[in-house]
Amino acid sequence: MAQGQMAPGIVAGRLSSDELASNFADLHPAFAPHEAAVAADRCYFCYDAPCVTACPTDIDIPLFIRQIQTGQPEAAGRTILEQNILGGMCARVCPTETLCEEACVRETAEGKPVEIGRLQRYATDSVMAKNGHPFERAEPTGKTVAVVGAGPAGLACAHRLAMLGHDVVIHEAREKSGGLNEFGIAAYKSTDNFAQAEVDWLLRIGGITIKTGSALGREFTLDDLRDQYDAVFLSIGLTGVNALRAEGEDKDGVRNAVDFIAELRQASDLTKMPVGRNVVVIGGGMTAIDAGVQAKLLGAENVTIAYRRDREAMGASRFEQDLAASKGVRILFNLQPVAVHGNGAVREIELEYTTNDNGTLVGTGETIRLAADQVFKAIGQSLEGAPEGVKLDGRKIAVTGPGRTSVPGVWAGGDCAAGGDDLTVTAVAEGRDAAMDIHASLSA
Amino acid sequence: MADLKTNFLGIESPNPFWLASAPPTDKEYNVRRAFEAGWGGVVWKTLGAEGPPVVNVNGPRYGAIYGADRRLLGLNNIELITDRPLEVNLEEIARVKSDYPDRAVIVSLMVPCEEAEWKAILPRVAETGADGIELNFGCPHGMSERGMGAAVGQVPEYIEMVTRWCKENYDKPVIVKLTPNITDIRYPARAAKNGGADAVSLINTISSITGVDLDTFSPEPSIDGKGSHGGYCGPAVKPIAMNMVAEIARDPETRGLPISGIGGVTTWRDAAEFMSLGCGTVQVCTAAMTYGFRVVEEMKAGLSKWMDDKGYASIDDFVGRAVPNVTDWQYLNLNYVAKAKIDQDQCIKCGRCYAACEDTSHQAISMSDDRVFEVIDEECVACNLCVDVCPIEGCISMVPMKPGEVDPRTGKVVEAEYANWTTHPNNPMAKAAE
Repeated sequence: MAQGQMAPGIVAGRLSSDELASNFADLHPAFAPHEAAVAADRCYFCYDAPCVTACPTDIDIPLFIRQIQTGQPEAAGRTILEQNILGGMCARVCPTETLCEEACVRETAEGKPVEIGRLQRYATDSVMAKNGHPFERAEPTGKTVAVVGAGPAGLACAHRLAMLGHDVVIHEAREKSGGLNEFGIAAYKSTDNFAQAEVDWLLRIGGITIKTGSALGREFTLDDLRDQYDAVFLSIGLTGVNALRAEGEDKDGVRNAVDFIAELRQASDLTKMPVGRNVVVIGGGMTAIDAGVQAKLLGAENVTIAYRRDREAMGASRFEQDLAASKGVRILFNLQPVAVHGNGAVREIELEYTTNDNGTLVGTGETIRLAADQVFKAIGQSLEGAPEGVKLDGRKIAVTGPGRTSVPGVWAGGDCAAGGDDLTVTAVAEGRDAAMDIHASLSA
Repeated sequence: MADLKTNFLGIESPNPFWLASAPPTDKEYNVRRAFEAGWGGVVWKTLGAEGPPVVNVNGPRYGAIYGADRRLLGLNNIELITDRPLEVNLEEIARVKSDYPDRAVIVSLMVPCEEAEWKAILPRVAETGADGIELNFGCPHGMSERGMGAAVGQVPEYIEMVTRWCKENYDKPVIVKLTPNITDIRYPARAAKNGGADAVSLINTISSITGVDLDTFSPEPSIDGKGSHGGYCGPAVKPIAMNMVAEIARDPETRGLPISGIGGVTTWRDAAEFMSLGCGTVQVCTAAMTYGFRVVEEMKAGLSKWMDDKGYASIDDFVGRAVPNVTDWQYLNLNYVAKAKIDQDQCIKCGRCYAACEDTSHQAISMSDDRVFEVIDEECVACNLCVDVCPIEGCISMVPMKPGEVDPRTGKVVEAEYANWTTHPNNPMAKAAE
């Protein structure tokens, strides 16, 4: 018997397994062939298409859609994967509403863009369903490159290097590869263990070895890598979580949203996944939305996302905000946490209203209290464990050009590197471009 | 409400929408349903001579061409004339006509090119009480291999001969249905007229192969791995049909010969266009075969609404109105100068006009870094390609220049007077203006 939404505290099994299966089903289900044909027919094959400009990996979108139109989804998939080897995951997780689909001229014309994301999924799924790998390795170069971190940037870099004939060893701190594709991202965007399936498919290129449980600063140092390999690519992500800086944030029930999301993604049985009755998420990015929505889908009675700035400033797109609202998540703006109350465990969170005073966010002094037995911190991640000697740009690794760090022979990309949005697709682009630069440098 | 009543060759029908001779009119059951649905008339599917009926293939008879979302744009068929016994058809025709006296019932005929054959069948058709006959000189497949259908329609002398036999042996109107599978439609039309035809109807279907199966290399529709050219029809053939209709309507030798227009009529607008080119009625097949008989509702309502909007009380008020405007290229006004104009408020910045003009035309559209597309008047020849490829209707228009303005492309002043190729200085055959 399910516990129900009203059960107090942080408990598992609020909903039945059937309800959970339905709640966590594919957010954007795959197109059937006719749906894909109809969607593809809407593309105007624009000149110098704005959607391509908007894509961090520069996928030739009009071309791949035309290939779907002409009955060759696998050729379409290849067009995508040539630019973005994680095109399958990007089709699922890209905020297309702020990238290609926002730029689509049919968005301008009718407020209804061509469904590029779903078409991309149709194409990449077609390739993966064939169980083949469309790319071949070049003649071996005899060079070996170390990649640190098996997230999107690291995988993209490794694949491109392997394709160019280099051998690659990926050192991954966790026991599983995939990075945020595997441990972040809402479950309803990556169903059926897609992240691992995609990694397995990517590795078919050959020449890539993944060493899991192998962390920079723990098992090895950057100098070790520089000694042992011909080049190094750092894609270590952002593993630190920013603090609330609110009194009482060490109480039980207060937790990092990314940990909650990772636990949920790794859970083999969602009925065993505990969640609070009254959940408050602090933050305004995709992580906040993913945590809030999934808490609601697990059966929390009340889920509130509190964001310290206004709607316009929110990192999560309007689509994501609306998705959260449609699932029954309440989003409150201009509220910042000041204190977590409770005797040992959180019982209430106290939030102060904010206002924008000439560009500076200031508290108004007025506060409210929300009942909370679970609080998720989602106010950003930060770089942790950057190797000594690598120059930083603010709080990230400084890079010039295609990911060159201040240390010769060492490149960086993905969330850990300065510049670009912290998106899967951006990480893929940075990994790919760094690989091309590494290749050029190794071939010189 | 405008009056859609039609009098074509003295044959009255409540509206100009007839079903063409084709599968929808092959038997009583269908025709009754059509009349209940509101069709003004039918041309009964072609009857053949007495004797064992023709046989059809037992595999696919149709092939198709699609637009977006599998919208059927073109259909082809390899079906022959009716494969039901002559008696059965004649009995059914008589029954239907007597039950629907206000509707037009025309009987399509195709028998061998021998006078005796025509003499044999015509009295029997007359007995049914049908309003007239249509001679099927158009069917391009199968029957043409046996010296009938298009094989007759491609030889003007045969058309004239058979038409004359029919006029001599049948009292009611004779309509000659023409094949488009010829080089100049005016010759068979003139032959029909010379033979005494009361009207022509066109077009019959166009010889075609709709596709090739790239696994088996069989043409479509495929019968056991082989295909034969079929007759193409549907929206895709409308432009070809309208041109042929117009050629006959404006030919001095056939001008005034009544025409029943056929070829891709799908909506009221298609019908109005055919009628403006001189058709007294239109015949429909593919639209009915695609959507069912109910489409006639839209056609009637749409035509009536348009006529009301335009102040046309009856069909005769607009039939043929476009004919005087169909002319030879040599008479087009070369002093008419237009320039493309892009409405920036409507532009969605797809750049198709730019690609088309830059790659395939006159490099007369500029593109800025922020995707503003503008016409370069100095280069624009007003070809209209940008208008045709623009996905937004009305976004790009062709704006005529006013007399007295200087065309920045040629540097010449736009003349108010009409002038055509016949008097143009570049024309070696030019005659001096008188």
